[in-house]
Amino acid sequence: MRLRYRRPTSKGDAALAYKLNVDGKIREADVEADTPLLWVLRDTLGVLGPKYGCGVGACGACTVHLDGVPVRSCLTSVDSVGAARVVTIEGVGATDAGRRVQAAWSALDVAQCGYCQPGQIMSATALIARKPKPTDADIDAAMSGNVCRCATYTRIRAAIKHAANQPREASDRL
Amino acid sequence: MTTSIASRRDFLKSGAAAGGLLLSFSIAAKAEAAEAGVRPLNAFVLIAPTGLVTITAKNPEIGQGIKTMLPMLIAEELDVDWAKVRIDQADSDPKLYGRQFAGGSMATPLHWDELRRVGAAGRAMLIAAAARDWGVPATECATRPGVVFHPSGKSATYGELAAKAAALPIPDPASLSLKDPKAYRIIGKATPQYDTARIVTGAPLFGIDVRRPGMLYATFEKSPVFGAKVASADLAAAQAVKGVRKAFIVEGGAVLSGLLPGVAVVADSWWAARKGRDRLNTRWAEHPTSGQSTAGFARQAAELAAAPPARTLRNDGDVDAALRAGAHTVEAAYAYPFLAHASLEPQNCTADFKAGKLEIWAPTQNPEPGRQLVARTLGIAADDIVIHMTRCGGGFGRRLSNDYMVEAAWIAREAGAPVQLLWTREDDIRHDFYRPAGFHFFTGGVSATGDLVAWRDHFITLGASPDQLASSAGMAATEFPARFLPNFRLDLSTMPSGVPTGPLRAPGSNGLAFVVQSFIDELAHAAGADPVAFRLKLLGDHKMVGDGPGAYNAERMRGVLLAVAAQSGWGTRLLPKRSGMGVAFHYSHLGYFAEVALVRVAADGAVRVENVWVAADVGRQIINPSGALNQVQGAVIDGVSVALFQKITIEGGQTVESNFADYPLLRIADAPKVEVQFVNTDYPPTGLGEPALPPALPAVCNAIFAATGKRVRSLPIDPAYLRA
Ligand code: FES
Ligand code: FES
Repeated sequence: MRLRYRRPTSKGDAALAYKLNVDGKIREADVEADTPLLWVLRDTLGVLGPKYGCGVGACGACTVHLDGVPVRSCLTSVDSVGAARVVTIEGVGATDAGRRVQAAWSALDVAQCGYCQPGQIMSATALIARKPKPTDADIDAAMSGNVCRCATYTRIRAAIKHAANQPREASDRL
Repeated sequence: MTTSIASRRDFLKSGAAAGGLLLSFSIAAKAEAAEAGVRPLNAFVLIAPTGLVTITAKNPEIGQGIKTMLPMLIAEELDVDWAKVRIDQADSDPKLYGRQFAGGSMATPLHWDELRRVGAAGRAMLIAAAARDWGVPATECATRPGVVFHPSGKSATYGELAAKAAALPIPDPASLSLKDPKAYRIIGKATPQYDTARIVTGAPLFGIDVRRPGMLYATFEKSPVFGAKVASADLAAAQAVKGVRKAFIVEGGAVLSGLLPGVAVVADSWWAARKGRDRLNTRWAEHPTSGQSTAGFARQAAELAAAPPARTLRNDGDVDAALRAGAHTVEAAYAYPFLAHASLEPQNCTADFKAGKLEIWAPTQNPEPGRQLVARTLGIAADDIVIHMTRCGGGFGRRLSNDYMVEAAWIAREAGAPVQLLWTREDDIRHDFYRPAGFHFFTGGVSATGDLVAWRDHFITLGASPDQLASSAGMAATEFPARFLPNFRLDLSTMPSGVPTGPLRAPGSNGLAFVVQSFIDELAHAAGADPVAFRLKLLGDHKMVGDGPGAYNAERMRGVLLAVAAQSGWGTRLLPKRSGMGVAFHYSHLGYFAEVALVRVAADGAVRVENVWVAADVGRQIINPSGALNQVQGAVIDGVSVALFQKITIEGGQTVESNFADYPLLRIADAPKVEVQFVNTDYPPTGLGEPALPPALPAVCNAIFAATGKRVRSLPIDPAYLRA
């Protein structure tokens, strides 16, 4: 299903308007079709949690989930999102895995500057949701798209294991 | 509990307001007093009637944890519950707060004593207020967290006492006695960063997250050849892009750390601004530095090394005679490349220029020089500029420069609207103040008894002359092993460069530790000695060597070296083929660090760093063990990343690399296990942002030698050279 239609903008010219499901809410954005989801979230919708680090899919700071799958929002054109559920760092705490990962990140004081951590948490949450007891190799594979310039990798690994060992809750709110 | 600048100033004038206690006084820190023109420190504590305590964090937060750590010092001596503490980030306002910068791992040594006294003075005033109420001597009163009490059973909360305490005179901070460290409840306890909950939920904390009403987004294209002027740009094409409001040429100047020439595109969204920029088709004017290159610098360095040095910085004994008399002579040429900072949050700044006044939101490590630069460049008064310091997505020294700040300010004034300037990653890597490349031509001599008897280093660095070195391109005449052997000579020659350079985490040391500790390793092997034993012998039985800024405590270095040898099982491990252990130590930023790396080198030459053990001596007290461990582990892995992967290449006067594909940062799968022990010694605590990094590089390279017999003499490590 494509939730896409033409409607007039304030300037009066025709533009594509997109309906996006972001963190459980339907949001509208009048933007060009090639606009990366990252910039729709940040500049149009004011969802500032996902970060810009490289714009070429090489750092993971912009990671969000599309239907639970981690993607680089800097390389995901708004046009390609369709009806997929977009979950960002601002909404991921409404899921069981996201809540556990965020709690583990806090308990282990993972962050230094913190700039990469929204992306790290999104990748880690997708991993835990898919693989409740990840091995080191699973962690390496799932987290290698996320750079931490401050090199907090020791605690990122420990926090993923910590989160995996926390009790699960039955339902997700998203 | 957020207090605006204006109301804080009012507090300062009136002394008390709204039932709160304001504590403010100035102390000239010993280190600061030594430096001419340095302003005194001011620190602020506000206690609400509820007992909630607001502490102002004065320095920029770049991920070093300072926003949490400095308030811990105040809260400890104030004697409050950490859970009751709220932290406000200060704006840049040296009149209120003293110097505000994040650099040189200086925050701990500068504030350890003074900020505890800020807390102690507050506690003394609260006690005095209670004692007066109760008609008892203050000396009979004591505190427990948030409460003053008297043996008679009387007690009052800080919240109840705050207003009265504010009316009392501020005690002389020097007169106050501080807590016995055994009584600490906050200092020395692992304390998560204050902003943790906001970080993990993606709250807007960073410069890039600033939003202002009516704000536009800007991109700024500069010449790939540093500082070249704009010859032409198709502004109309950029302006034809939907969402673009304005495209214009910025004349700029010739000083690389200032406002440079370029083309600004301002739009409703940053994506639109970028699309506009892609249409500019900018042409750049000829520039005298367009011929410089990494290869050219290397060629020049080799030529300079063959000629007499421009200057001799130190000449102890007679190196040539000692070399002639020595049993073994080793010669080696070492080199390290330019490096970018690559903080994960690209450079950005938000500025709003209205009626001659400028408001700035900047992720900066060093706001005041930025204020001066902006004032000078825009021709406005420094007092008409307000600078809010946002959290920084990494600093590493990059944000000690304020080029992005002056660009944002200029563009905002031209645009007539609040503007957020955001650099692309490519801008960030191509317009850095790089760690300067450097070249060292060593000759060393070892005696028949296995002693290091002669050392000569001809250091070839960037600079117009030995008196005008490029930023961060120098070397002290006291750099180890100067003073530890009888015949030591340090020569210097320079080559001019138009590459912008500046401090990168552990400036100087991040290159020097690699070359010095690697060459010492070569000499240890030439002497047939164990690398730890050789180093211990070199350190000798000295305690302090030299004094002043070049003082070197050999006893502390021996302490960490012995500690790391024991911790790593040095000399006791049976390692598989092509695995090896290497050791290195380095003193910088007042910290003594020794590290051992264990590496495995695959048949194809790929290096895997498995473990790094660290022994660190930063004095008698680790203030926040959680932050301290995170800093050390991060710095070590940062060092491993630099050794394995990183280099900036200059060709045709331009930076070749542009993004994380060609300037790779280490990822989780390559991160070694880093085990850290803090060796406590009875010295004042010092900083941890930097000194763990330098020894990691030579420890890895020395381990590679142990594993393969191949000596890494230039970085980054080249796997092709290490093939079996
Ligand atoms: S910003 Fe998307 S991967 Fe780096
Ligand atoms: S915490 Fe700074 S980039 Fe990861």
